[in-house]
Amino acid sequence: MIRAIIFTLLVVAVAVFTIAANLDGVVNIHDPSTLVMCNGKYYTYGTGGSVLVSDDGWTWRRGVSPPRRGLAPDVIKLGDRYYLYVARNVGAQPKAEINMLWTKSLDPESPDYKWEEGGVVAGSDGIEDCNAIDPGLFLDPNDGRLWLVYGSYFGYIRLVELDPKTGLRKNPNEKPRDLAINCEASILIFRDGWYYLLATHGSCCRGADSGYNIRVGRSKKVTGPYLDHEGIDMILGGGKLFQGSGGRVVGAGHFGLIDVGQGVQKFSMHWEADLDRGGASVLDIRPLQWRDGWPVAGENLKEGVYEIESVRTGTALEMAVEGMPVGGRRMRGPGGPGGPPAAGAKPPAGGPPGEGGPPRGPGGGMFAGTGSPIPAQDAAQVSKNWPEGKVGVRMDNYFLQAQQKWSITRAPNAGGFMGSPYFKITIAGTDRTLAATEEAELVVLPSFTGGAEQLWRIDQLADGSWRIMPKAVPNSKEPLALSAVGSSFATLSKFDPASEKFRWLLKTP
Amino acid sequence: MKQILQVMLFAGTALFSADFSAPTLTSVTTKEKAPDPAGFIQRWIVLEPIPANGLTDAAVQAIVKKEYFPNQFTVVPRDGDKVKVGETELTWRAMDTKLYNLNLFHYARAVNKPTSNVLFWAVTVVNCPRDMPGVRLAIGSNSASVWWVNGQELIGIYRDRQTVIDDGVSKRITLKKGPNVIRAAIVNGGGATDFCARFLDPDDKPLKGFTISLVDR
Repeated sequence: MIRAIIFTLLVVAVAVFTIAANLDGVVNIHDPSTLVMCNGKYYTYGTGGSVLVSDDGWTWRRGVSPPRRGLAPDVIKLGDRYYLYVARNVGAQPKAEINMLWTKSLDPESPDYKWEEGGVVAGSDGIEDCNAIDPGLFLDPNDGRLWLVYGSYFGYIRLVELDPKTGLRKNPNEKPRDLAINCEASILIFRDGWYYLLATHGSCCRGADSGYNIRVGRSKKVTGPYLDHEGIDMILGGGKLFQGSGGRVVGAGHFGLIDVGQGVQKFSMHWEADLDRGGASVLDIRPLQWRDGWPVAGENLKEGVYEIESVRTGTALEMAVEGMPVGGRRMRGPGGPGGPPAAGAKPPAGGPPGEGGPPRGPGGGMFAGTGSPIPAQDAAQVSKNWPEGKVGVRMDNYFLQAQQKWSITRAPNAGGFMGSPYFKITIAGTDRTLAATEEAELVVLPSFTGGAEQLWRIDQLADGSWRIMPKAVPNSKEPLALSAVGSSFATLSKFDPASEKFRWLLKTP
Repeated sequence: MKQILQVMLFAGTALFSADFSAPTLTSVTTKEKAPDPAGFIQRWIVLEPIPANGLTDAAVQAIVKKEYFPNQFTVVPRDGDKVKVGETELTWRAMDTKLYNLNLFHYARAVNKPTSNVLFWAVTVVNCPRDMPGVRLAIGSNSASVWWVNGQELIGIYRDRQTVIDDGVSKRITLKKGPNVIRAAIVNGGGATDFCARFLDPDDKPLKGFTISLVDR
């Protein structure tokens, strides 16, 4: 997080860039809070009173600042109240305090939008080994207890218990527990019997020179100790890397869990510098995977050409046209490979093409190939045989054929959902578009016209596979997902997180 | 490779007797039959094989759409019915399979007919106590096959392939109260040949609560 020097910089806050590498709209923020939903909108609060609001988690805009601006807020909804915890320096760091304020609505248009001051819940006196900033809230799903972690590089990350009925300290005189050191922007999450402490290491607030990176340790008890994958206690500086820099973004900080429901999780964070946005500090939302008991940062889907392969069946989605083998059809018998050469026989020279087939290889025989590289198959080579109009969708073993290669690209001006845009899915090299039908089945349309049934939301699941959902299915009120109901047939059905039918691999051909 | 195995099998295995004794198939002895615990339909009436060659989409569609005998797409035959295909008289035989699948290789061998480059027609009747909406026909076959329910073509799977449970699956349909006719055309290239079929309910679970029967002789 946050040193006081950057506070001013952020208030001045940055020109708005619209190059949408990650997310769309206005995404400039530093130290974003955990996302919270209110009246159908998503909110996140950052340092200096910055607020971002979104209707879909993809396109963001500026919101109205709360009355108390400060450092690296976190927000949590408990009952009918939204509690905002925000730190301020009380003189020079590390003398600081964390204030709580609450409201019944985050929407300034609501009559319930009224912030109330709740008071100080934690502080540091400037001498002790703690800098009481960067609050992170955690409601334990096991017992309903509410916890606050806080702290920065001066001393320890600390844990205190709050009262979920008031948002205030449960036992104000109880000594805070020390959980970690040499980090900030901490927060707790729970999964499958483990508590995870995510915290940010490295330096912040230096643009593309920031070393910010998110690390994690885990414990069987909320009070720790939190050990990393090598058994090093985070209070000794341990921490397994969760998210570092990469691509066009530098300096990952301030993890916030987003539970999309049905087992799908994502996380929010900020980058210290997005090179595509002039090095500005920006919000990002990415998929959260779990591997061997550890959270793993996923990546939103990149545009490209993919084989869409079912985890369940191992077969690939294809437009239902008769495929042509890559390199042309090779016949058995006199016109093509007839069998392996007899022992001791002299290999025949390369022969003329069999009828309808490619040239025979110099070695002859059914396993000899053509003797030269076979180029990849694309739609231009074979599409003249494809029917016009709507075509069905089915699945088959992957043969590297053109009707099995799907181009997945961002649909223009179509919005998105929680960190990722809506995509159109077309047969590569054509405008033939995958769409949902009124019967909740699949069809390939002759061209993309932008309808909601042609827009696809693609979420990465905890195991790294993908869930593929149309934005809307005609005549269906509930969301449906692509399902491999058979080895050779896919449909749209209600998502079941426990079923492999809904898990897809997107492989680069 | 499959063609080679086929040659070996013909050379090394004695033919079944013509009285229709097959390892996995039995004659029909009851009026009705329930699907097995996994929902598979184990009672069918199958025509002796018709010579046919081709497994691509276009070839199989051409094979199954050719008219070989009258009322080919509507008839519900009785056990022992005969049809003439070209100059050859072929017999429909009712049978139960002991397994989830019906082994057409066993059948063809049992009646001393070829098993390679052939087309089998199979029919059964599913009796539903009520309308059953949102169900799917789910089949597997060796090799290619095309399937109809109450005259509507629902599934086509092609190429040289092995039988996989729930390989070809239809779109959602409604099985109507009373009899529903299931018709299949299975085209084999060489070697083993069989098929399996069941219905899936709206939750993709095996459909139960119906019976299978054939027209009495």
